[in-house]
Amino acid sequence: MRTYFTLQREDWSLHRKGHQDQERHKEKVREAIKDNLADLVSDESLIMSDGKQIVKIPIRSLEEYRIRYNHQKGRHAGTGQGDTQVGDIVARGRPDKSGTPGTEGAGEQPGVDYTEAEVSLEDIQNVLFKELELPDLADKEAPDLTVDTVEFRDVRKKGLSSNIDKKRTLLEAIRRNQRAAIDKVRISPDDLRYKTWEDVQKPDSNAVILAMMDLSGSMGLFEKYCARTFFFWMARFLETKYENVHIRYIAHHTEAHEVSQEHFFNKGESGGTICSSVYEYALGMIRSEYPPDRYNIYPIHFSDGDNLTSDNENCVRLVRELCEVSQMFGYAEVNQYSRSSTLMSAYGKLELPVFRKFVIRDKSEVYAALKHFFSRREGVKSA
Amino acid sequence: MTNEELELLEESIDQMTDLAKRFGLDFYPMRYEVCPSDIIYTFGAYGMPTRFHHWSFGKSFHRMKLDYDLGMSRIYELVINSNPCYAFLLDGNTLLQNKTVCAHVLAHCDFFKNNATFRFTSRDMVERMAASAERIYHYELKYGRKKVEELIDAGLALSEHIDASADGRNARKLVKQQQHLHRRGESANGFKRAQAQTPYDDLWALDRTEQAAAPAPKTQINPRAAQKDIMLYAIEHSPTLEEWERDILSILREEMLYFWPQLETKIMNEGWATYWHLRIMREMNLTDEEAVEFAKMHSGVVLPSRMSINPYHLGLAIWEDIERRWDHPSDEEREKYGRVGGQGREKMFEVREIENDASFLRNYLTKQLIEDLDLYLYQKVGNDWRVVETDWEKVRDTLVASRVNGGIPVLYVEDGDYNRNGELYVKHEYEGVELDIRHLEKSMPYFYRVWGRTSHVETVVEGREVVFTYDGKKTQRRFVKD
Repeated sequence: MRTYFTLQREDWSLHRKGHQDQERHKEKVREAIKDNLADLVSDESLIMSDGKQIVKIPIRSLEEYRIRYNHQKGRHAGTGQGDTQVGDIVARGRPDKSGTPGTEGAGEQPGVDYTEAEVSLEDIQNVLFKELELPDLADKEAPDLTVDTVEFRDVRKKGLSSNIDKKRTLLEAIRRNQRAAIDKVRISPDDLRYKTWEDVQKPDSNAVILAMMDLSGSMGLFEKYCARTFFFWMARFLETKYENVHIRYIAHHTEAHEVSQEHFFNKGESGGTICSSVYEYALGMIRSEYPPDRYNIYPIHFSDGDNLTSDNENCVRLVRELCEVSQMFGYAEVNQYSRSSTLMSAYGKLELPVFRKFVIRDKSEVYAALKHFFSRREGVKSA
Repeated sequence: MTNEELELLEESIDQMTDLAKRFGLDFYPMRYEVCPSDIIYTFGAYGMPTRFHHWSFGKSFHRMKLDYDLGMSRIYELVINSNPCYAFLLDGNTLLQNKTVCAHVLAHCDFFKNNATFRFTSRDMVERMAASAERIYHYELKYGRKKVEELIDAGLALSEHIDASADGRNARKLVKQQQHLHRRGESANGFKRAQAQTPYDDLWALDRTEQAAAPAPKTQINPRAAQKDIMLYAIEHSPTLEEWERDILSILREEMLYFWPQLETKIMNEGWATYWHLRIMREMNLTDEEAVEFAKMHSGVVLPSRMSINPYHLGLAIWEDIERRWDHPSDEEREKYGRVGGQGREKMFEVREIENDASFLRNYLTKQLIEDLDLYLYQKVGNDWRVVETDWEKVRDTLVASRVNGGIPVLYVEDGDYNRNGELYVKHEYEGVELDIRHLEKSMPYFYRVWGRTSHVETVVEGREVVFTYDGKKTQRRFVKD
C-alpha cells in the first residue's frame, strides 16, 4: 500500500507568486495615494505636524467590495462558557470605530477590512513632488550658481577600508581563483577594490520665491489656512528639489513688510487691504537684492481678492512690471463663496504669458493650485 | 523538519492510511508536500497553487503572512479537492503536528470524495486553473494588464452570485435542450429518434428520460427569466462583453463553482476531519510528550469563541452527538424512530454523504447540544454587543439561516431589458437581514462593468424597498413607490 501516498519536500525558493502580487497591491496603494492627493495635501494633521508624523488615510480602492450582509444589524451566534444569560455583554463597542466588535481574530470578522493605510509625509511628498517643478527655470549667469557635491565614480586598488567595494572585490577574487583553477574563493590583498569619489561642481540655478500674503482683517481662518497649506508644501518642495532657492516672506495689509517664516504662518493682523503696497515692496526687493539677470524670480501672492477698489489700477500696473522681471507671477485667490472679487476682475484682463492665477474655493483645491503654479505645461513661452 | 523526521512522518502516514481505511474512510491517493510558510500562505491566499495573478490575493497573502510572522494565527495545512489529493504541510510544524495534519486531511479528502455537494466539482482543478491562469496571462499581454485587472476586480466581486445547486444545474440543462430543439424546429413532444442499434444507445435513453420529465415546453424560451446565476447571465446575455471578457468571467465562475461546496460545508467538513484526526491519533503510539503536545494542539483547534462559531468545535460536537445517539438511543428514540443502537458510525457516513451545513445544523443540532455548548445569539445594543437570545430553536434557526447559500446574500436577475433599454435589474431576496449599504454602493459599478449598461439592484433598507442604480457615472438610490 506504499504507493497510495507520496511525501515530498521540494525546493520552493523560486515560487514568488505571493510576493509579486503583494507588490502589485503596494503599487495600488501608491496609486491610491496619488488619487487622494488633493485631500491629503490639505490634511490638517499633516500641516500642523513636525513633518515626521504618519497619518492614516482612507484608501478606498483597496477594499474588496462584495454584496454582503450588514454585520452591524444582524444577529450572530457565539459560544459561551456556560450559563450565558440574555443581556450579558459579549463585547464592548468602541465608540469611535464603526468597524468590528471584539478583541481577537478581527481579520476574520466580516465587516472589517483595510479602510485605512498608513502614509508618511515622505510618501506623499514623493508622489506630489514628482508632479511639480519650477516653471521656466532659466540659466542665469552668477557666481554662486554652483553646488558642491561628491560623486563616487571610480574604483581603485588603494583606498579607505570603509569604502571597500565588496562586489567588485569578490568578483576579482573569483576571477583570480578561476584563472588559477582553485575551487575555493580566497580574497587576497590584491583583490581589494575601493570606491573613490570626486568633487564635482554642478552648475545650479538660482531662484527666489517672494511669498506674499494678505494678512488684513478680511482674511479669515479658512483663507489663511489655505494659504498656509500652500506655502507649507511650496517650501518643502523647493527645499527638497533645489539647492539654491531663497524664500522671502512678505506680509501686507495696507502696508507691506518682510516677516519671518514663523510670523508669516502664525500671526494674524488686521486692517484694510492695499495690494499695491506689497507689489511695490517686492519690486524694491528685486531691485536691491535680486537682479533679474542673475535670479529666477517667482512672486506668489495670496489674497482674498478684497482690495481697495481705487488701488486696483495701480496693482495691474505693478503686476505688469513684476511680470517683466519674473519667470512666473502667481496670484492665488482664496474665495470660498465665489464672490466676485475686485482684484480678480482687474487681473482678468491681464494676458501676460508669465502671469498665472488660480481661485481656491475648497481646501482640496490647494493641490490643484500647487500643480497650477508649479508646472511647465502651462504654455508659457520661455523667457 | 529534519530528514529523519521526514522519514518518521512517512512511516506514520503509512500506518495512518491503513488505520483510516480500516475505519472506512474512502479517499483519493494522497500527495503530501512539505513546504515553507511562504508557500503555504500563498496557497492559502489564492485557494490554489496554480491560480491566476491578482492584487487581492497578494493583499490577503500579505495579511496572512503578517499574522503568522507576528504569531497571531497560523495555518497548519492546506488540502486541495482533487484526484490525486494534494496536501501541503508546513515545514515549520513539529513532527507530531504534521502527523495530526495528515490524519486530518485524510478525512477532508474522504469528505471531498463522498459528500453530495462536491459531486460535480472538477477533480482536475489544479491543471484547469493553471491553464486558465495561462489564458488570463495572454489576455493581459494582448489587451493590457490594467484592463484585465479591472475586469477581474468586477468578476471576483460578483463571482459569489452563481447557482451551484443541483436545481440550477438541471434547469440550465433543460433550457439548453429546449433551445437546441427549438433551433432544429422540433418540439419536445414530437421527439422521436430512429432506433439504430449502436453501443451508445443508452446515451439517447438518458436524453429521452429527461425529455419525459420536462414540463410542457414553451415554444419560446425566455432567457430573461429570473436567474440566480448572475455571472452566467452576464456571460450569456451581456450586450457589450467581448469574447475574451466572457472567457475571463467564465473562468471566475467555474472556479467559484469549484470552491462553492467548501463554503456550504465548512462546519461539517472541519468537524468531520477533527473527529477523525482524534480517532486516528488515538490509535497511534505516541510518547508521553507527544500525547501532551497533541492534546494541546487539538484543544487549540477546537477552542470556542464568544464572538463567532468555531466550525471545528461545533462540527465535532455534532458528529460525536450523532454517533452517541445512534449508538445508544434513548428509550424514546428507540420507540419513536425505531433506532436499534450500535449504528453510530453507519449513520455518520450516511450524513457525511447527503447533508450540507444548513441541513446538518437543521437536522442534528439538538436542544440538548445547544444548551450543553452554551450557544447564544448576540446583537449590537447601543454601543455594546449583548446576548439577546438563548432559546434553542431561535439559535438553531439563525445559525441555519446564516449558512444558507454559504452565508452570501441571494440575488436574482429579474430583468435584462429593464426600461426596454437593455438595463439590468437585480433583486435581493430579502429575508430579514439587510445588506451592507456601503459595500452595495461600491459594488454597483461592477454590475455595470459586466453588463455594460445601467444596472439596478433592489433591496430592503429599514423596512422599505430601495433601488440602487448605477449609470456609469454615479450611484443613486430611490424608494420603490407602491
